[in-house]
Amino acid sequence: MSDIVAFNSVADEAAPQAQTDRVIAGPRGRKPRRALSGRNIMIYGTLVVVALYYLLPLYVMVITSLKGMPEIRLGNIFAPPVEITFEPWVKAWASACTGLNCDGLSRGFWNSVRITVPSTLVSIAIASVNGYALANWRFKGAELFFTILIVGAFIPYQVMIYPIVIVLREMGVYGTLTGLILVHTIFGMPILTLLFRNYFAGLPEELFKAARVDGAGFWTIYFKIMLPMSLPIFVVAMILQVTGIWNDFLFGVVFTRPEYYPMTVQLNNIVNSVQGVKEYNVNMAATILTGAVPLFVYFVSGRLFVRGIAAGAVKG
Amino acid sequence: MAGHTQGSGRPNQWLRNLNAKIASVPMILTAVVIFLGGTIWTVVYSFTNSKLLPRLSFVGLDQYERLWDAPRWLVSVQNLAIYGIFSLIFSLVIGFVLAALMDQKIRFENTFRTIMLYPFALSFIVTGLVWQWMLNPEFGIQSVVRSLGWETFTFDPLYNADIVIYGILIAALWQGTGLVMCLMLAGLRGIDEDIWKAARVDGIPMWKTYIFVVIPMMRGVFITTLVIIASGIVKVYDLVVAQTSGGPGIASEVPAKYVYDYMFQAQNLGQGFAASTMMLITVAIIIVPWAYLEFGGGRKRV
Repeated sequence: MSDIVAFNSVADEAAPQAQTDRVIAGPRGRKPRRALSGRNIMIYGTLVVVALYYLLPLYVMVITSLKGMPEIRLGNIFAPPVEITFEPWVKAWASACTGLNCDGLSRGFWNSVRITVPSTLVSIAIASVNGYALANWRFKGAELFFTILIVGAFIPYQVMIYPIVIVLREMGVYGTLTGLILVHTIFGMPILTLLFRNYFAGLPEELFKAARVDGAGFWTIYFKIMLPMSLPIFVVAMILQVTGIWNDFLFGVVFTRPEYYPMTVQLNNIVNSVQGVKEYNVNMAATILTGAVPLFVYFVSGRLFVRGIAAGAVKG
Repeated sequence: MAGHTQGSGRPNQWLRNLNAKIASVPMILTAVVIFLGGTIWTVVYSFTNSKLLPRLSFVGLDQYERLWDAPRWLVSVQNLAIYGIFSLIFSLVIGFVLAALMDQKIRFENTFRTIMLYPFALSFIVTGLVWQWMLNPEFGIQSVVRSLGWETFTFDPLYNADIVIYGILIAALWQGTGLVMCLMLAGLRGIDEDIWKAARVDGIPMWKTYIFVVIPMMRGVFITTLVIIASGIVKVYDLVVAQTSGGPGIASEVPAKYVYDYMFQAQNLGQGFAASTMMLITVAIIIVPWAYLEFGGGRKRV
């Protein structure tokens, strides 16, 4: 798109006759691109440098976790390991200490699984039906509640945390996994409802009307028509929720007891614990282990992830 | 249920469309009880002297006066301001430049995008801990540069109270600019190709076209991105906890951490409520004008 611009800047530097050449040449087709033009070098050069910058922490994490502590103390953090050891990984997983517990990150991992799976399923189930009701079965006042919900998504969590603690305590689920699952469902509601509402509203209305004429009701239409047609949006919602819930720290710390702490909280406790000698290799192995699940989801899902965050962007 | 004849005074007004109403109960409860009710509750209790437990004994603006007298809160607000201004500027500028580079019909676009966006998939805790390690003065970047010969090279933001917030900024930008780039790229792709052709015919240099034509056209994208970044900034918490735990001293405290610490550790609920109400006001200052601009005129789709 900038052939002319590139040409102009080249022409400015070249001899004056280059200018006349151009005029004489008159209208011409697309200028063939040279692979090694200055412009390309600049663009790809910048992008490669940027990409290296983005990759650097991941690289440092991985190589640090594969070194032994003596090597870390002597060498520099960017040097590849001389002697590869998987011991830090084993230790991070099975025997790193948080406080008095020394059973490693594995406990946090399984807690996170037990939090993420039901939270994702429950929040998506509720929000999809909700979005469907908003898109196809509008009733008086629905838009008002929906507006409150979306505006509420911008309210800092800190404002609502304590009232939720009270509600959960009254319900007898404060500190338990059930309570945390409920919290994730609540805070997933705005974005997911928006996602599903917009998706269902975009489906052809004739489909819905035809089903109505045939006598199908609310749930029949949802399960027999809407659900099978919207698998992609369910996948997007799942990506959004799995990464979001897995990465959560604040809710985990506030709403669960230590034995139910999710992986992020446990990771932070392991790495930032003040007692004992700092084992940087174990810390980095633990960090990678915690990041592995969302990274896996990210690399596998590719474009759908981008779609999810583009939708999630509305939430902020 | 639905599809009765229209008109007022139907006997079964409430039963009409019953399934949809039942399906919306979770949304209504969340919106009204938690979002609306919870917010009002916190604001009301910020005017009380609740300590360990919430109590309705009003003390007027006492908590707010105490809040704005507390050095730790002032540091938190100042940090948030610095962090906020710089992360807004840098993530918008870097995000836009990267998006503009990515929009040059380059090869390997997907690879570059995947690399730039992957930090966004990570938890703030993970990001904070990696950068804590990278910025470790004993082993990290500082020691590597020193071992290359610059013996006096100093780069220890996380251990220097004056610049610690910039150390956090580095990590935040690493995690967040990929997202801004993606949003900007989507905006650039929405620009009509004819605009570029017209600019080219008129011989306008590319950078001028970007600044004077394309950016004004992307106003909506910029505003949306701004709101996203800004409301994320106010919430910054995990990153600070992981990277510095607010230290050295109180040098990297932020409002969200103040709220948490006062509510759940110092057992001074009133302070926590007052501080969180201030956060709410900050967000409202950002959101309300935006919402007014975006949805104020004609009612568009949310």
